[in-house]
Amino acid sequence: MTDTWLVTNLRAIRGRAYPRVIGSKRELSWLFFDITLPLLTVSAYAYIYKYIQAPDEFVGFVILGGAMTAFWLNILWMMASQLYWEKEIGNLQLYLIAPISRMSILAGMAVGGLFMTAIRASATMVIGVLLFGIVLSFAQPVMLILIFVVTMISLYGMGMMFASLYLLLGREAYHLSNLLTEPVYLASGLYFPVKALGFWAAAGASIIPITLGLDALRQLFYPGSGAEYGFLSVNTELAILAVLCVAFLWLSKYSLDYMEKLGKTTGRLTLRWQ
Amino acid sequence: MAVSHDLRTFKNAAWLGWQMEANWTDPFVFATYSIVKPLAGSLILVFMYIVITGGETQTPFFSYMFIGNAFYMFVAEVLFGVTWVIHDDREHYMTLKQVYIAPIKFYTYVFGRAAIKIAITTVGVLITLAFGVIWLGVEIDLGAVDWLVFIPALLIGLLTILIMGLALGGVTFLTAKHGMGINEGIAGVFYVLSGVIFPITVLPGWAQTISHLLPVTYWMEALRRGLSPDLMASLPGSTGLSDFSNLEILLTLALSTVAFLFISTAIFRYADRTARRKGKIDWTTSY
Repeated sequence: MTDTWLVTNLRAIRGRAYPRVIGSKRELSWLFFDITLPLLTVSAYAYIYKYIQAPDEFVGFVILGGAMTAFWLNILWMMASQLYWEKEIGNLQLYLIAPISRMSILAGMAVGGLFMTAIRASATMVIGVLLFGIVLSFAQPVMLILIFVVTMISLYGMGMMFASLYLLLGREAYHLSNLLTEPVYLASGLYFPVKALGFWAAAGASIIPITLGLDALRQLFYPGSGAEYGFLSVNTELAILAVLCVAFLWLSKYSLDYMEKLGKTTGRLTLRWQ
Repeated sequence: MAVSHDLRTFKNAAWLGWQMEANWTDPFVFATYSIVKPLAGSLILVFMYIVITGGETQTPFFSYMFIGNAFYMFVAEVLFGVTWVIHDDREHYMTLKQVYIAPIKFYTYVFGRAAIKIAITTVGVLITLAFGVIWLGVEIDLGAVDWLVFIPALLIGLLTILIMGLALGGVTFLTAKHGMGINEGIAGVFYVLSGVIFPITVLPGWAQTISHLLPVTYWMEALRRGLSPDLMASLPGSTGLSDFSNLEILLTLALSTVAFLFISTAIFRYADRTARRKGKIDWTTSY
């Protein structure tokens, strides 16, 4: 019984991840946009740092931040907004009547989205590093991988939670995602060390996993920069990210159940073009 | 008669655009939304600059960067606004075919929808500039503004962006959910190559050659010369267009607008014909 439930839901995860994974291969032109777009902004910011004669590691900070924007945009537009979009095009009701956990749908979206975005972010990193001649340190590879994985789990957990919260939204979903773009780039210090915002602002922004994840990655890629530009120690950031992982995954399950119940009660689960 | 019909189409399209932009929430939230987003975008640059310079914002380069970034909002938002009309009406609300068969000019409809985007963006630009002048010491003195340069530059530049948006709107007809990517791509090219936040002289030589072909390069230069003539005189080094007089800059901008008018109209007409032939007017590309 348990196995059947597990297998069914694993299939659901695979099924929902499939269009995103396969889509990234079928629509190759998307790859072009996905890779070049962040590079353009990154290049502009890198040239600013060069123009004002910033230390070399700042160009590296910008490139790392530019790569991470891909994940944040994926969270906003392909996780948070997705159930809203599925509702608008009529798929949501099919998900709800399928004999699977709703969390499997969210997990499938996350897995597929992570795959697509990892390609984009990796390409941004590689091209950026080559283009600007960045030298990164790989002295602590295990820690690098650990930080990245924990950041992604907590980030996509947050995306799953947002997807639930967006479920009942109408057009405000689009505007909300729009609103959460530049302000989050600013708060998370995607293009400058978050420490510059001051302790309390940076601490507040740490609720967004990308803030601490990026800060930790910068400290690991540039070991000498931590003391001057790092917000917290890497170990502390790892511990906080681990807590965020658990918190967001739990919150996503809770909010999905709650919003589904609320949607059924108010009759808004299939309401379109609000 | 035809003119009043077009004006009515324009007005109703603008009204529709306004409702779509603003009536999803109450006016307070909408006002907050309209202010927070552009300010956050500018503050990213401010913090980048402050981290390196230790808080010194009253420099010619800071003002150069801040003003360019504020006006760049028009490029991003208006390009996006025009193409999003195609995407949103076709794929989301699925009303594009009704608009097409209505007895109105499609261009007028699109420009009406985009006009409201320009109006909303104008508020964002003004708030950002006011924030810069009041809190960050950005060098804009209303008494010193060269209105004869600034106003024509602003109007011609906005027209150019609208016209370029039309070409991208045409491309959106034929592509699968690429509207945003294409917009961001073109807007991103302008951001890097048009001297928006740094002088084009920082770029490699080959990139500077491309910069000289982009109308936004001349637009940014003309806007800054009009809005803050003293700033441009005190900026150390060349902006890459220092050899151009104000008149030459405006003429170049105007000529590029005419050139883009022909190019964009041709692209849009081709895309329109192809979309009709291939049945893409009511296409949806959900994934």
